[in-house]
Amino acid sequence: MRLQYPPSVRIIEVPCTGKVDVMHLLMAFEYGADGVIVVGCMEGECHYSVGNLYAKKRVNRVKEILDKVGVGGERLAMYNLSSGMGGRFAEIIREITEKVMELGPSPIRVATGKATRPIAEVTT
Amino acid sequence: MIKAVPKPLEEVLDLVKDFTKVLIAGCDGCVTVCEAGGLKEAKVLASALRLYFTQAGRQAQIDEISLTRQCEKEYLAQLSDKMDAYDAVVSLACGCGVQYMAEMYNNKIIYPGVDTCFLGVNEERGLYSERCQACGRCILAETGGICPIARCSKRMLNGPCGGSDAGRCEINKDIPCGWELIYERLKTLGQLDRFEKPVDPKDWTTSRDGGPRKIVREDLRI
Ligand code: SF4
Ligand code: SF4
Ligand code: FES
Repeated sequence: MRLQYPPSVRIIEVPCTGKVDVMHLLMAFEYGADGVIVVGCMEGECHYSVGNLYAKKRVNRVKEILDKVGVGGERLAMYNLSSGMGGRFAEIIREITEKVMELGPSPIRVATGKATRPIAEVTT
Repeated sequence: MIKAVPKPLEEVLDLVKDFTKVLIAGCDGCVTVCEAGGLKEAKVLASALRLYFTQAGRQAQIDEISLTRQCEKEYLAQLSDKMDAYDAVVSLACGCGVQYMAEMYNNKIIYPGVDTCFLGVNEERGLYSERCQACGRCILAETGGICPIARCSKRMLNGPCGGSDAGRCEINKDIPCGWELIYERLKTLGQLDRFEKPVDPKDWTTSRDGGPRKIVREDLRI
């Protein structure tokens, strides 16, 4: 199956969404990401049982932070898909790309024209 | 251990919004365990503040650090060569740590970044509950290992009161009656005769009533 989705998306693979930390999400925005989505297994189907439930809580926490600091929580979202839902994945990427295009560039990029921290500093 | 919760982000933003160089200082002690003020929380808060200042088009330097404990001078001293670089520090330690830092760095603005709540236990991750009020004269030996000061809403020494209802406290049905717990535990231990002995009035001179307290251990001091 060859599915097309916009090339503006950068995919970062993790063993489970439970690995995705609040700091990873915040850092993405510090580096100037216009939008971020976390895509995990369906609820109840995480191979590590609750990784995606932790991820959901973290995503919600970061959305709240982004709202409060003026970046906008609507730039972050979480989706739950199974491995057989490639078509839906491509569709989500198209949807989110459209949404982020509508929102325009992240206020971080607007303010600085670049990321706020060098990539080499990634730590959590 | 001491239990705390992070202050709402908007409260911290309001405290630091007029500064340009802010240090977020976590504590690796109690507040790390309850995930309110350790290195991780310091990183998250610093990142949030950087995002805030950056989107507002402001140049700001927001750094994070975490000290082994903020309730000890030796660890606080590790900040001595860094302090000049900042206008203000947000300390994520408990109220003891915040105050001790302010005492050591008298000219620096030190703000609290957490709300310190109580002495308690970790029931589960994210669920902490109070167990002790540091009264200074522990009576757990007489009360089946359950503290009536911390766990009876009225701090009664001869409970339960008439508001105890089916094991619940009258102030809130979600709170177990401390004296019911004491009764049940003493029953399990075969020590119900405790209820037949008159209880002397508790010596409260070691509690807060005498003003700020101090421990002087001559055996430890040089
Ligand atoms: S400063 Fe407070 S939180 Fe940190 S170790 Fe000391 S008592 Fe615990
Ligand atoms: S009796 Fe005093 S020291 Fe003992 S647990 Fe209760 S409050 Fe703490
Ligand atoms: S394995 Fe945990 S979200 Fe997929």
